[in-house]
Amino acid sequence: MDHPKNKKTNETNPKGISRRGFLKGLGVTSIGVAAAPKSELLAKLEKTPSPNGKLLGKDAVIITLEVNGKSLQVEVEPRFTLAEVLRDHLNLTGTKIGCERGACGACTVIMNGVTVNSCMTLAVDAIGQKIETIEGLEKDGHLSKLQESFIEHDGMQCGFCTPGMIMSAKDLLDKNPHPTREEAQEATAGNLCRCGTYPKVFEAIVAAGK
Amino acid sequence: MAKQVKLNVGIEDNLEEITLEIPESTPRPWDGQADLKYVSKRVPRVDGEAKTTGRAKYTFDIQLPGMLYGKFLRSQYPAAVIRKIDTSKAENYPGVKAIIPVQEKLPMIVRFAGQEILAVAAETRHQAEEAVKLIDVTYDVRKFVVNKEAAMEKSAPIVFDTNVEEKSAENKPGEESGSIEQKSNIRGPRVTPRDGTPDKVDAALAGSDATVEATFRTQVQTHSPMETHGVVAHWTAEDKLKCYASTQGVFHVRDELANTFSLPKSNVQVITKFMGGGFGAKLSMSIAGFMAAKLARKANRPVRLMLDRKEEHLCVGNRPDSVQTLRIGAKKDGKLTGIKLISYGTAGVGTGAGTSGPARNIYQYDEFYAEESDIFTNAGPGAAFRAPGHPQGAFALEQAIDELAHKLNIDPLEFRLLNTKHNDVRQVQLKIAAEKSNWKKRNPRPGADSGPIKRGIGIANSVWYYFYGQNFQVSTRVFSDGSVQVTNGVQDIGTGITTVIASVAAEELGLKPSDIVVSIGDSEYGFGPSSGGSVTTGGISPAVRDSAYLAKMRMFEIAAPLLETTPENLVAADGKIFLKTDPAKNLSWNDVAKKIPGDNFITIGERKQDYFQPKIRTIHGVHVIEVAVDTETGVVKPERVFAVHDCGRSMNLLTTESQINGGIIQGLSYALYEDRLLDRNTGIMVNPNFEYYKIAGSMDIPEIKSVILNVSYGHNSTGAIGIGEPATVATAGALANAIYNAIGVRLRELPMTPDKVLRALEMRKGAES
Repeated sequence: MDHPKNKKTNETNPKGISRRGFLKGLGVTSIGVAAAPKSELLAKLEKTPSPNGKLLGKDAVIITLEVNGKSLQVEVEPRFTLAEVLRDHLNLTGTKIGCERGACGACTVIMNGVTVNSCMTLAVDAIGQKIETIEGLEKDGHLSKLQESFIEHDGMQCGFCTPGMIMSAKDLLDKNPHPTREEAQEATAGNLCRCGTYPKVFEAIVAAGK
Repeated sequence: MAKQVKLNVGIEDNLEEITLEIPESTPRPWDGQADLKYVSKRVPRVDGEAKTTGRAKYTFDIQLPGMLYGKFLRSQYPAAVIRKIDTSKAENYPGVKAIIPVQEKLPMIVRFAGQEILAVAAETRHQAEEAVKLIDVTYDVRKFVVNKEAAMEKSAPIVFDTNVEEKSAENKPGEESGSIEQKSNIRGPRVTPRDGTPDKVDAALAGSDATVEATFRTQVQTHSPMETHGVVAHWTAEDKLKCYASTQGVFHVRDELANTFSLPKSNVQVITKFMGGGFGAKLSMSIAGFMAAKLARKANRPVRLMLDRKEEHLCVGNRPDSVQTLRIGAKKDGKLTGIKLISYGTAGVGTGAGTSGPARNIYQYDEFYAEESDIFTNAGPGAAFRAPGHPQGAFALEQAIDELAHKLNIDPLEFRLLNTKHNDVRQVQLKIAAEKSNWKKRNPRPGADSGPIKRGIGIANSVWYYFYGQNFQVSTRVFSDGSVQVTNGVQDIGTGITTVIASVAAEELGLKPSDIVVSIGDSEYGFGPSSGGSVTTGGISPAVRDSAYLAKMRMFEIAAPLLETTPENLVAADGKIFLKTDPAKNLSWNDVAKKIPGDNFITIGERKQDYFQPKIRTIHGVHVIEVAVDTETGVVKPERVFAVHDCGRSMNLLTTESQINGGIIQGLSYALYEDRLLDRNTGIMVNPNFEYYKIAGSMDIPEIKSVILNVSYGHNSTGAIGIGEPATVATAGALANAIYNAIGVRLRELPMTPDKVLRALEMRKGAES
């Protein structure tokens, strides 16, 4: 079967340009969008350099992402978020999506040593960046100390927020190997857990730093 | 055949001996003296690795070859009649494979903004989203009402012009369901016949030395599980449906699908291997399940239909709001005379706004009377939410109790002891709270702290009920290589039932929890409970133990001749089977398993009725909360929570503690931050997200310490009772009492946001000057 994900797709919204890609291309000069004639805007859009130096229009393009130390080629539309590309196109479903607005942190990944909400990051903006996801923490079949600590201290209930929590915690430990409970609280301030399992998340992070 | 056993049962070490007759095929129940290796200890989750590596596949993560993405079109109006739906543009949109209206024939009545109109399935989720935008709906917009007080007025737009039957999945103890009167938007009042009469309670209150009358208001709270509602539906044959569902009840969803599509139960399979939180909203499959299966059948492809965050807030359940007027009274000696509760609330287009549980079931009193009404509004339906009716009921009751204690000059904790003498467990809990929390260090005079930050300590009681369900079947399968698989259809919604099953089986078989492969979350396995009403652990664990016991007996039968003895002389521990009297005469578990004829054997444990009804049928909790209130900004900061709870015998102290933490944190979140806001001019929710619908985050978390009491009755083989619901009931009330102790003003409305704190302080200042 011709799977849709393998198909080069021209699908866009009826106006021809996706909103995200459009605004992205326009960058900070987008003030006065409503007043400007369309052709002028398009001309401007075409002149605006894109992240990889090539114009990213409405059509899908093949990009290379460096995920967990591996270079992966994937065809994406410019409007695709990193979260959806990781999940739907690279089968890395450990990264979750809880709100699609950067409010819950379930989609947290580390990009060039900084945590980002992958639901608020365009896949094309992740080109050339080192991306770390939850799937990359296990090394040679061994869990990281942080993962073991989450298990031992029961830093999870339903587990849906757990990958995001762990990525925020990893970023903390990478920079501060012996955090306090307060530092663990701050590091996970962008990660919501509806089961309310935070106390044991803090315990797990502090213990992993010992 | 029956056998007699002697057990030592009671609260913690305060035990008494009882004699019990139990079936020959069941083990001696774990009693107060049971010496266990894994059960009631701190066992890490057996599925922890799957959850911390991202390998755990939730419904949200399921991807099948050829899978389409579904998307709902929802009403933008809170009340309307749909005369026409034009899907022609959407049908021609690239990738669209199926469009199905929720209601086959028009006109269709819309009763809340966000109500499902139709669903589209397309090759990609973007295509589905774009196609939905191309559908033209002709609405005949009607008048609506989202404010419940406005809905009670005579001139209010009518939400339902026919009588509504109760369809809520709530668990309410022993309540008779009679026909309830419905007049315009008011359904009720519901009166419980076994309660007293208004005359009697009024007389009791009139004869009191002190009374308190106050009105309390609580808001609508949405469940907000991190994984939204949804399913992936896949017709594997014309008459065979396989459905991955984010649900708290695989068997319930199976039945719903079988009924909807007129399929035999045997042809519907519902799978929930990992579930991202439900809290009551996911007991039913929701319309998403039904529509996904319809789309999948039409398109002849699997269809994934997961809601987004906005839809999750709008359409799939919430905790109804309430207005509760309480009158309670007591004699000088502190004995409660009567409790009278008049309550109403809105579950939108649903029902279930009752709040009387705590008022009826915590204290001893002479007279009780309650009237409860549902007010229909043009808002998304309420659904069972962790201890339905109870956090709101306890918020009102526990503040009124506190106020009455203050009026009588009795310590509020002492007052609670005085009025719960009928309940040994609660007496013990309150005494532990008095000794081990900082209760004794609280302000003797509310608001006594000098300076702008004022600290206070408050207490409240929780109540829930022991439910368990019956006829569940758990199978234990022992293979000839010694491996063991325990199977039941029950889903793990995050409470850790998988680990409980492994621990209980391991305990009985003398193996380690990691030796047990637990297979759950599939309606093709043995019947298991829906996870609602805190029934799962109490429902399943005895059947797990009973099936493992039968498997052990089979292994003993095989081992006995090899060890030249009879089965009754054998025990199993540490991976060995040996003589009770001579542990040196032993065989390893695996060596005995090698002698299993054929490949494996299976034993079945069935959840039957308990051997007897425990004396105390409620489950309890006491929360003592320490708070700091900034009287300049109105910000309330919970600093410390001390909780005492009981759940029969806890099967796993580690995960029980997690559930208690979660109950408290959800309770704090409810008390301080959450509020579903509907715009009264448009009927639309203005905060359907996580930026403006606030739930507690890591920075809001106080220090939490919990004590888990071991209460053994001997009523079944494990003695487990649930903890999910009681853990969240007391929190908002305890916090409100703590705030009163800190600032000397009562906040009778949730959420207790800074504006309300400042307003209350202003009003007191006004009253004083």
